[in-house]
Amino acid sequence: MSNATSDTVRDVRTYIDDLSEYATSHLTGDEVLLASFDGEDSDFVRFNGGKVRQAGSVQQLSADLDLSEGARHTTATVGLSGQADSDKAAIARALSTMREQRAVVPDDPYFMYSTDVASSEHTNPGSAPDGAGIIDSVTTEAGADDLVGIWASGRQFSAFTNSLGQRNWFDSNTFNLDWSLYLHADKATKQGYAGFEWNDEAFAAKVATQRLQLDALRRDPITLDPGDYRTYLTPSAVKELTDMLSWGGFSLRAHRAMDAPLLKMVTEGVSFAPMLTITENTSGGVAPNFEGQGFLRPDAVPLITNGKFASHLVSPRSAKEFDVPTNGASSWEAPHSIYMDSGDLATDSAMAELGTGLYVGNLWYLNFSDRANCRTTGMTRFATFWIENGEIVAPVTALRFDDTAFGLFGDRLEALTDTSEVLLDPESYGARSTNSARLPGALINDMRFTL
Amino acid sequence: MALAEDTLAGRLISLMPSGVDHCSMRHMVETSEQITVRNGVVDPLHTAVDGGVLVTIWVGDGHGYAATSDLTDTGLQSAIDRATVWAHRTAGVGAVAAPVEAGLSGEYHSPVAKSWSESSLSDRLDLLRLHESKLRSDDRIVDTHAGLNWRRVESVFVSSDGAVIHQSQDHVVPEMRVVAFEDGLTQIRSFGGESSAGQGGLEVLDRFGFADAAPGIVEEAIELLSAPNCPTGTMELVLAPDQMTLQIHESIGHPLELDRILGDERNYAGTSFVTADMFGSFHYGSELLNVTFDPTVAGQMASYAFDDEGTKAERQYLIRDGLLVRPLGGALSQQRAGMDGVANSRSSVWNRAPIDRMANLNVEPGDSSFDDIIGNIENGVFLETNTSWSIDDSRNKFQFSCERGTVIENGELTTVVRNPSYRGISRTFWKNLSGVGDPSTLKVMGLANCGKGEPNQVIWVGHASPPCRFSDVEVFGAES
Repeated sequence: MSNATSDTVRDVRTYIDDLSEYATSHLTGDEVLLASFDGEDSDFVRFNGGKVRQAGSVQQLSADLDLSEGARHTTATVGLSGQADSDKAAIARALSTMREQRAVVPDDPYFMYSTDVASSEHTNPGSAPDGAGIIDSVTTEAGADDLVGIWASGRQFSAFTNSLGQRNWFDSNTFNLDWSLYLHADKATKQGYAGFEWNDEAFAAKVATQRLQLDALRRDPITLDPGDYRTYLTPSAVKELTDMLSWGGFSLRAHRAMDAPLLKMVTEGVSFAPMLTITENTSGGVAPNFEGQGFLRPDAVPLITNGKFASHLVSPRSAKEFDVPTNGASSWEAPHSIYMDSGDLATDSAMAELGTGLYVGNLWYLNFSDRANCRTTGMTRFATFWIENGEIVAPVTALRFDDTAFGLFGDRLEALTDTSEVLLDPESYGARSTNSARLPGALINDMRFTL
Repeated sequence: MALAEDTLAGRLISLMPSGVDHCSMRHMVETSEQITVRNGVVDPLHTAVDGGVLVTIWVGDGHGYAATSDLTDTGLQSAIDRATVWAHRTAGVGAVAAPVEAGLSGEYHSPVAKSWSESSLSDRLDLLRLHESKLRSDDRIVDTHAGLNWRRVESVFVSSDGAVIHQSQDHVVPEMRVVAFEDGLTQIRSFGGESSAGQGGLEVLDRFGFADAAPGIVEEAIELLSAPNCPTGTMELVLAPDQMTLQIHESIGHPLELDRILGDERNYAGTSFVTADMFGSFHYGSELLNVTFDPTVAGQMASYAFDDEGTKAERQYLIRDGLLVRPLGGALSQQRAGMDGVANSRSSVWNRAPIDRMANLNVEPGDSSFDDIIGNIENGVFLETNTSWSIDDSRNKFQFSCERGTVIENGELTTVVRNPSYRGISRTFWKNLSGVGDPSTLKVMGLANCGKGEPNQVIWVGHASPPCRFSDVEVFGAES
């Protein structure tokens, strides 16, 4: 249903350039304008019970403007319609309002933008089918099974322009099918299939894997008592833990506010296991490599190296405030493309190496129970099994864990698998996410479950 | 109501397609301003305007939507065409049938006493800087943050059933937060933010005591630095209204959402331990528990006259004297489930389709003063202000943490404690409700970050509650 074509992309890019030129031509005095544009032409198909619950298309485009003169500036987000006259009028109104506001606000001592004109271009046309085209593939493969989930596809655009002449462009055309097959109640198995080129056979193989897990989920579930259990976390479960590390863990601002969950790694020398190396791997991800003040992100920023804290993510604002170089981090100073080095545990042997313990397919709804100690609580979800002698015994009723990452990724981390999974973020708050992760599975000697 | 075609509603109606079973169109535009001061420095002022139209078309059990910000006739017609194609494409594989709507018309506008726009930006900045400066009154405060956020959402809804609904909501969200640090220990106290927010203008600041808040949170953050860790054990738990908002939200609100019960959310937000057959027979809590869906409360975050499917909003009991009586389900979910519900089908923004959400979901006051609530507690703890929340996908097993606790001994509040947490199971937790504050203790609050739906939507909701007491709860502290 999405009507994005390569002609459309060229049209959008030209359109954004025209808007930028228009805005720049309306600057006065020594004004500098930074402008970020984000848009998408997306199809969403929501499934429940193997049928379509909601389906539709969203076309959206907006501009984030930062208008300055010297150290005084204000910012504005303007929704755009794709109609030149009305969009130029909206931008002109925003510039006028920001000028009036600038007369009121004080100098911003932490305002910094790139003055090096470093233009760039990244385009990935892809050939993902649109949502309407995928309905038959999904409903046919689901058959009588209870499939529930979301298809998202279509082109996304990001651009940075400034009145100094810099132009950065990013577009991609991806799909992301995120779904579960349900047996009954909360007994289900989850899968994701995302990328640039859809393949029916690859999708069928993932569903076939799920059906094998569904067979195991048919066994009577067991309820484990609270306690410490030897545990294997799949890459999807590991991602939930790395998401928590990313929630302020690498942010320079959070560290300087003494409010970072990894603060003790810096102030007290706490470390993870030496096998743990984590990188913000922009070159291997699918997110734009530029940010809203015009700085380009390096291909890679080491975050954890051999278990030791390596470097913070530093936004331009933090760079100015704390007098350190920026590494192009966004204002949240969280990774967009997190990459964990794989280990030496043969993935196919993970259950055998687990021996007796918990196989956790997914973790869910994590939050800090003791932020200063990076202690996190959350639930098991989807395919989680009790394993004995490397074989599935039974599914396990949802368990709550409450444990510190300093232990889970520290002295209790026994091994990481020798293969990793690429996980493209299916979230779509405000816009389809371009975040991604590449993570191995993790074998943990003991993990604390509390409820 | 006759509408000139040069009004937006008139134009939308004039474009209403024929040959489909049902069509609705909703225009929504959100305007906002965000002012933040951190550590004495004004962050870049941010304003935003964004809006568009969502068209929904039904053909049999097929339906589709299309969202566009292009409000020209050509742009709107293109969206109608795309939605129509979706509706035909999904006919035969659709999970739900076309809704039956009442075709009601009307309007709603937030009550505003002190308009945001009638104050000057300079005055708003001065006000915020003044109060933020009060947060920096002790060397042990290492990070401060104060914010004033305003948002107006205006919407027009028309449908092929004849509905024409105009609504606007003004929200003001004040916030303050301090980080205290000493000898390797960090403690945080906050005010407002997502819980102390409401509809209205600058009078919302007075309603929540913004002008007097700074010294208190500084003093309490410093106090927590030397406070002992929260005791561990099974004890009486008293929750302040600002923690009750989270408790209501996670372990009553979400489990009662009918779309979760119908399975729509199973891949993302989750399912529910509540099943359709439990309504009318399941005792959700003790007889002290009365919960209403009430979008009529003046000034609460999610008050409105109609939901985003055009259903008239009315106060309804969901739980009465502990008995579960009604789910949180809009017209479409009610139709699917064959159950009565409420007017809670809502969209977060212009480009998302409506789904079942909480609106104002309130615990009705009881008859106990605060002294009554704590008066007969030998061993317990009083907890304030949520800082961490986690609950399973059935909305049953939860663990929540708060910024501040106070030990209750022999009916008296005694020692302040840090890092308090508690855990429980929704299915049984509310049955241990043993005290509910009277109307004088009720606080009308809310949350601004309820996430749900595929594609994802984050929306604001209202929660009102008095302080409440629960028996035999597992309480514990942190390692540090």
